[in-house]
Amino acid sequence: MYEMLKLENLRVHYGAINAIKGIDLSVEKGKLVTLIGPNGAGKSSTLNAIMNIVTSKKGKIFNKGKDITKDRTDEIVKNGITLVPEGRKIFPNLTVRENLMIGAFGRKDVDDIKRDFDFVLELFPRIKERLKQTGGTLSGGEQQMLAIGRALMGNPEVLLMDEPSLGLAPLLVRMVFDVINKIKAEGRTILLVEQNASMALADADYAYVLETGKVVLQGNGKDLLMDAKVKRSYLGIN
Amino acid sequence: MSVNLDMNVLIQNVFNALSLGGLYALIAVGYTMVYGILRLINFAHGDIFMMGTYFAFYAITLLFLPWWLGFLCAICLTGLLGYSIEKIAYRPLRNAPRISSLITAIGMSFFLESFAVVVFGGIPKSFNVYPKIFSQVIIMGKTRIPILTFITIIVTALLFLFLWWLLYKTKTGLAMRAISVDIPTTSLMGANVNKVISVTFIVGSAFAAVAGILWAMKYPQVQPYMGFTPGLKAFIAAVIGGIGSIQGAIVGGFLLGFLEIMIVGFLPSLAGYRDAFAYVTLVVILMFRPTGIFKIYSEQKV
Repeated sequence: MYEMLKLENLRVHYGAINAIKGIDLSVEKGKLVTLIGPNGAGKSSTLNAIMNIVTSKKGKIFNKGKDITKDRTDEIVKNGITLVPEGRKIFPNLTVRENLMIGAFGRKDVDDIKRDFDFVLELFPRIKERLKQTGGTLSGGEQQMLAIGRALMGNPEVLLMDEPSLGLAPLLVRMVFDVINKIKAEGRTILLVEQNASMALADADYAYVLETGKVVLQGNGKDLLMDAKVKRSYLGIN
Repeated sequence: MSVNLDMNVLIQNVFNALSLGGLYALIAVGYTMVYGILRLINFAHGDIFMMGTYFAFYAITLLFLPWWLGFLCAICLTGLLGYSIEKIAYRPLRNAPRISSLITAIGMSFFLESFAVVVFGGIPKSFNVYPKIFSQVIIMGKTRIPILTFITIIVTALLFLFLWWLLYKTKTGLAMRAISVDIPTTSLMGANVNKVISVTFIVGSAFAAVAGILWAMKYPQVQPYMGFTPGLKAFIAAVIGGIGSIQGAIVGGFLLGFLEIMIVGFLPSLAGYRDAFAYVTLVVILMFRPTGIFKIYSEQKV
């Protein structure tokens, strides 16, 4: 199995607060790996640390065996890792088309960009109808589709997703997970952070449970779904 | 109070207002672009404008370059100056509290003024380095308009066209517009944020240099504090237009230019209050529209 992403003893702190207290994590090529856990467990911080948009971190991060701990964010993106940030963070002042095109900022392969653009529009027909509108006029669900589409425009090998289902209606949550599976079927590797533990675990090849900055449990997604502690804490089943 | 109403005077004043407003707008764009991206008021911008005129002056008088090459060199050098200021003074403070970079900007302004006094001398220098044809006057009937006024209007228009092209037709421009909303997310798109911010400073400073050179030809002298008043007026223009908004800076610049010229033109007895009108306009507009005429997107940031 080929290891795409590996974290070694990752630690992140914001001032005096230790958000992550030493995490080891590994993501294999073509797999869907999920991070679950309560608020403040350090899930988003882990993704932000991989992208190097946190101010202070220790430990090591490897992409395909290469140490990327100190790389600049834009270099990390150019090397094939893209983040769909929490809260979507689409650009409200840019048109939907521009939002998608900026996702391909670091790329020069014009023909492939066109192909990915068509693929994204096929994946999200709703977005296609709104190419000329500004991003700020979209509904929450459409913004989430745009955020995922924008990340796909970077043609990432590894897609990091930070709570893509947050604040969406159940039907849209289902749709987001369908899209995630489609992206995986394309051969991309996904590291998914989710609050919706039951859906994330059902689809995941492997899962890590984070609590107060540490990995407390890990294993096959379906096994964790059956785990008594996970059931009690995250699935609300006794 | 005598009111001066005459068609020829009106036409003349419209041209003067267009050229003065254009100059304010050119400088204001530099303020607003930097504010839009870094939420920093670059107090040194008026002094960058001043440095541009000195660069032009020395390129022509010391290096004996032809006037057009001297101007071009000055514009490029001023762009480089803006780039260096951002890199040396502002970039290390990017994540510091905003008050730190604000104080640094004020410090940079004092530094540039003092540098100019020490190195270039405090005595105003006559800016007679451009071909005499620029100062000739075109006479159309009873209307007399200096060629320089036409040139100022044309150059300003061309530069705004260039700016529009940069912002809306290039990838760098796309990133500039994105960065003004959200810097970290723009870097997540694979854009080198530092590079984009550098381009912003280079363009803003080069625009200030062009404005400075045109200004120095209009009032043909250069001195170390010449950037203060135009810088302040342009800042007001940017605030009136809605700081952070480029359309706002342009509209604000022209609004201020028209107001100043028309008040002096039609109510000559109030000419002494010329500068006061700029400040009064600022107060009035901010009373009714605290965000300026154009609102920028940052308020809607989620």
